[in-house]
Amino acid sequence: MSKNDEVVLLDFWASPFAMRVKIVLAEKGIEFEAREEDIMGGQSELLLNSNPIHKKVPVLLHYGKPICESAIIVSYIDEVWPSPALLPTCYYARAQARFWADFIDKKLFDGGCGIWRNNGDALELGKKEFIEILQVLEGALGEKDFFGGDNFGFVDTIAIPHASWFYAYEQFGGFKVEDVCPKLSAWIKRCLERDSVTKSLPDPSKVYEFLCMFRKMNGLD
Amino acid sequence: MGELKVLGFWASPFAIRPRIALSLKSIDYEYIEENLRAKSDLLLKSNPMHKKVPVLLHGGRPICESPVILQYIDEQWSSGPSILPSHPYDRAIARFWAAYADDKFGLALEGLLKAQSEEAKIEPLGQMKAGLELFEKALKDCGKGEAFYGGERIGFVDIVFGSNLGWVRAVESMGQVKLLDEERTPGLVGWAERFCSHEAVKDVMPETEKLIEFAKKVFSKPA
Repeated sequence: MSKNDEVVLLDFWASPFAMRVKIVLAEKGIEFEAREEDIMGGQSELLLNSNPIHKKVPVLLHYGKPICESAIIVSYIDEVWPSPALLPTCYYARAQARFWADFIDKKLFDGGCGIWRNNGDALELGKKEFIEILQVLEGALGEKDFFGGDNFGFVDTIAIPHASWFYAYEQFGGFKVEDVCPKLSAWIKRCLERDSVTKSLPDPSKVYEFLCMFRKMNGLD
Repeated sequence: MGELKVLGFWASPFAIRPRIALSLKSIDYEYIEENLRAKSDLLLKSNPMHKKVPVLLHGGRPICESPVILQYIDEQWSSGPSILPSHPYDRAIARFWAAYADDKFGLALEGLLKAQSEEAKIEPLGQMKAGLELFEKALKDCGKGEAFYGGERIGFVDIVFGSNLGWVRAVESMGQVKLLDEERTPGLVGWAERFCSHEAVKDVMPETEKLIEFAKKVFSKPA
């Protein structure tokens, strides 16, 4: 555990992006204070001052200096506290890891939105596109235990939080990740054996309840 | 270590980035111009996911996505001038602005080029102007009063943001609008001049007139 380093995370319990930061902090054994933002009620002054451009969580405050954007925060933490390393040492493997993290950033969350923000034909299309994204990720995983190989690493940290939303997608879409992507499903179970992951991810049924409420508020249900 | 190739397209701001970086590091490479309407087998095989330029091939192994390529070049050839800053906090700030350049500014620029009516141009133009004001301020914060976002030398943010300047100038000319001006963005006006005339940039930055001709062909209304 590192002492006397002031690490604060501006957080929201359901945000997969904030979960990434919690996982890496736990992997590195770094103590931190998590401050929950009230996403529905409006951003705090600290959040608006720390992230004036995007006004979003997560924000990491290290000695009061803000770092924004979850993948950038994860890289920062990996560089300031290099052990255990999340990124591999080989430059080519690092490039592959950054490529997949970028792919996940661009596709996975928005892909899921295509399911839970829709109904009818739009939902069916969203489900089809989401499953295609998962199949690409399963291809990238291959026969490895983790995206990083034998060890849990950068891409695993970026990807696993999204799994906490899969139960909700399954309920809305009428499908099971286990059926369409068994290797990815096995990877999820493997990640959930890690303390850093189980203590950073919320109960998927709570995410489902949260999204049901959102859908009701927006007239989808 | 293996031969180096860059698969690119002359008009793509993304594709000139690895060329600038390799030039800064004085690394030789083979440049292959792609025909984006008839992509080569090499491109499709090297970047099956996105099928886009640029791709860096090092000893036959592909690296895709320009910010990933830039970081690979910086790490692989670490003895040359650094592209990313050395301090982790400064690196995080550089990555933030590079991401903003692509996610917000770059998208707005694309939106503006594709807009088919004056009305459709209003929103992306507004976003670009807002973005430029943020970058004006960021130049002082990142560059700390020096010539570039990277300080004395061109760095990550300069390359990612600056690679758009060819198109910014084309848009100014086509739309008769001033995006960089002495009143609102004086710092950026000087920076743009320095960046575009830099040894590592001037031969790969596409000419404004050629971009305007290209835009008329690609972005014009269908008949």
